[in-house]
Amino acid sequence: MIDPRAGVINERLKMIRRIIAVSSGKGGVGKSLVATTLALALARRGYKVGLFDLDFTSPSTHLILGVRDVQPKEEKGIVPPIVDGLAYMTLVYYSGDQATPLRGADVSNALIELLSVTQWGRLDFLIIDMPPGISDAVLDLVRFVKRIEFLIVTTSSLLAFETVKKQVSLLRDLKVPIIGIVENMKMNAARTIERETEKLGLKFLAGIPFDPQVEETIGDTAKLWNTTIANALKQIAETNVTLN
Amino acid sequence: MHEWALAEAIIAAAEKIAVKEKLREVKEVTIKVGELQQVEEDILRFALSQLKPSSFKNAEFHITKARTALRCRTCGNSWLFRRNKLDEATAEAIHFVPEVAHSYIKCPKCGSPDFEITEGRGVWLENIKGVR
Ligand SMILES: Nc1ncnc2c1ncn2[C@@H]1O[C@H](COP(=O)(O)OP(=O)(O)OP(=O)(O)O)[C@@H](O)[C@H]1O
Ligand SMILES: [Mg+2]
Ligand SMILES: [Zn+2]
Repeated sequence: MIDPRAGVINERLKMIRRIIAVSSGKGGVGKSLVATTLALALARRGYKVGLFDLDFTSPSTHLILGVRDVQPKEEKGIVPPIVDGLAYMTLVYYSGDQATPLRGADVSNALIELLSVTQWGRLDFLIIDMPPGISDAVLDLVRFVKRIEFLIVTTSSLLAFETVKKQVSLLRDLKVPIIGIVENMKMNAARTIERETEKLGLKFLAGIPFDPQVEETIGDTAKLWNTTIANALKQIAETNVTLN
Repeated sequence: MHEWALAEAIIAAAEKIAVKEKLREVKEVTIKVGELQQVEEDILRFALSQLKPSSFKNAEFHITKARTALRCRTCGNSWLFRRNKLDEATAEAIHFVPEVAHSYIKCPKCGSPDFEITEGRGVWLENIKGVR
């Protein structure tokens, strides 16, 4: 017995120029906010951008975007609706507000299902918001998506950075490109993480300050656009996440 | 339709096997479809007929339905999935991503959502026959 789905995944993704997973060994470091804002920043530079929420059990990007009343279209698969200029896909379309308790094998199955039926069409960038940690979702993405690249988020805490180091070593073993590291929620000007990143031989993409206004921007991307976070990601979109 | 995406996956997988087994012509493809995903057989059949490559032109597609068995991890109870217990929107959500069953279905005995789908989740390619 053969599961036919996995074989079409790269076919589905072949018209996407760059596929970037925003990830971290740690939870709560700002992956969802960074992924969403990066997607918006790229879209507003004129690129065609998709955003895919892969945090099936605790999705957040729909809240950051303030998504309501949209559903994918069915057309030889599932066509993601356009939300704020992004082709946007999330399991929330199907799970609604219900809790979705999934074990590892279920996460893999849902991931394979969505990757094999979603028709993204032509995109310059697909940004993927990852669940925390380096287990099923990371391993499956690397297994199924040939051209995947990672952008890693950490906080200034060495507890977060320690998990990031493990993730970097895993990704290197798997020969997956790493675009660089973003240090989020910085409380001071210390450059420890920047130096540690350079020691790993990776690019330090930005230090994003802790911004107490962020909570008020949740669900309102016009407000989000005017934060220091957005400024940092506009910068990254201009210099480090480009098409050449 | 979503069945088209599945049909495309089935054809791609079947073609790969045909090449591996050096089949010049494929005569028979057997597909197993789990009840949980509620695949519309007619649409799937039509999509397969439209998408098949020339080496499949005389191929017959056998589609067999498999029941969906669920087993509760909390109390051990086993039961069968019944579509008619679900409302339209829920059934459709499960059709697209069977795992969202975990958002809507609970163990009928103890109410736990921690169950496993032991049989009949999705679509499987069971067998392919042809001539070399
Ligand atoms: N630079 C920042 N300044 C202030 N608050 C921030 C900043 N970045 C993120 N936050 C807040 O921190 C919390 C966690 O952010 P987010 O949900 O993006 O993290 P995450 O890494 O995706 O979490 P999870 O691991 O649960 O998916 C959110 O409440 C978010 O609004
Ligand atoms: Mg998140
Ligand atoms: Zn039970």
